[in-house]
Amino acid sequence: MPHDHGDDAPPHSLLPPDPALRVKALETLLTRKGLIDPAALDEIIEIYAHKVGPRNGAAVVARAWTDPDFRKRLLEDATEAVAEMGFTGRQGEHVVAVENTPEQHNMVVCTLCSCYPWPLLGIPPGWYKSDAYRARAVREPRRVLAEFGVTLPEGQRVRVWDSTAEVRYLVLPMRPVGTDGLDANALAALVSRDAMIGTALVEAPA
Amino acid sequence: MTRVHDMGGRFGDGPVQRAAGDAPVFAEEWHARALAVTLAAGALGQWTLDRSRFARESLAPADYMAFSYYEKWLAGLADLLVAQDVVSRAELAGAEPAPSPLAARRLRAEVVAGTLARGGPVLRDGPAPRFAPGDRVRTRRPARNLAVTGGHTRLPGYAAGLTGVVERAHGCHVFPDTNAHGLGEQAEPLYTVVFDAAEVWGAAEAPGDTVSCDLWESYLEPET
Repeated sequence: MPHDHGDDAPPHSLLPPDPALRVKALETLLTRKGLIDPAALDEIIEIYAHKVGPRNGAAVVARAWTDPDFRKRLLEDATEAVAEMGFTGRQGEHVVAVENTPEQHNMVVCTLCSCYPWPLLGIPPGWYKSDAYRARAVREPRRVLAEFGVTLPEGQRVRVWDSTAEVRYLVLPMRPVGTDGLDANALAALVSRDAMIGTALVEAPA
Repeated sequence: MTRVHDMGGRFGDGPVQRAAGDAPVFAEEWHARALAVTLAAGALGQWTLDRSRFARESLAPADYMAFSYYEKWLAGLADLLVAQDVVSRAELAGAEPAPSPLAARRLRAEVVAGTLARGGPVLRDGPAPRFAPGDRVRTRRPARNLAVTGGHTRLPGYAAGLTGVVERAHGCHVFPDTNAHGLGEQAEPLYTVVFDAAEVWGAAEAPGDTVSCDLWESYLEPET
């Protein structure tokens, strides 16, 4: 052993301490063993950095707001409905859409890890994966919402969805009043990533 | 009974810290690399998603809390690679790498997009559901893996021993408690179960607030 770790030390402790060097060491080792194609890594990064992200989810929301048949299909079987739009795959194999109403606001968390609907929203933001969000969103969602600048109207219940299985949740926000003249593209531009997690509302353009 | 990752309801974490404005998807270049290496290594087919979650949550609490998100992924990956005999401890520590018999399974760049778009559905044929929407159920307590001491489970600690209502049945899904430990998929009915926040936490922020979890049938007992 080139390092002075005992055999009981976890394998990860054998890697360099700096995380950037740690990932480089793993990538180099796996590449030299023939197990990784660095071009495949570039392709994965390209997809999640530039192609798969919250614009997908926003297109789904805008379509649901403008196409009543689609909205119905989305609420009945979101997996099928979003597949129609080409949004399928890893971390989105089983999708459920949950609709905000004047009676209920929906908010999504994964307390056990970081489950998130990748094909619709991309890679989760840092705060979604943070201990503070994971710990608190289930117990005090309204305090968390207040930190995001969201105060719900009196009488609106909060429903927190803890993603404990492979079902991935998309919040269908309420369409803001005063947007009747907007088409689906213009509506999609109003829908933020956070609104589809349930930590933001959608506002009409000023 | 719990592990460090099971943090739902925990006190003391402070405000949720958010990046300002339009933060990039990957805050650091190595974050992107860590994600990609993890996905590409997973594509070798030597472990399941459930097994990889168990590797991360099995990190020592001191490491889990000290590591940033992608450091947890890297540590879990390194531990899995050794546990599944894909790499040796010596190789991880810097010894000359030996060629791997798994090289033929290497994820090639040209199939990445298709592989990601296919994903890994976990819906399976399985037993008929014991519960139906509207049924009252009680969750098992404590939240633990019945087959493996200290093993993987997806019943959060805060949701153990609670009465809730089945809202939706999702068909049979691969059972993480066995699948994480090489004990087979053993697909079971999966349900969304809703709990009154006042019952979960002793007091709710507002009356009528609820929390739901997606729970496998063997986590549940009928509540009469």
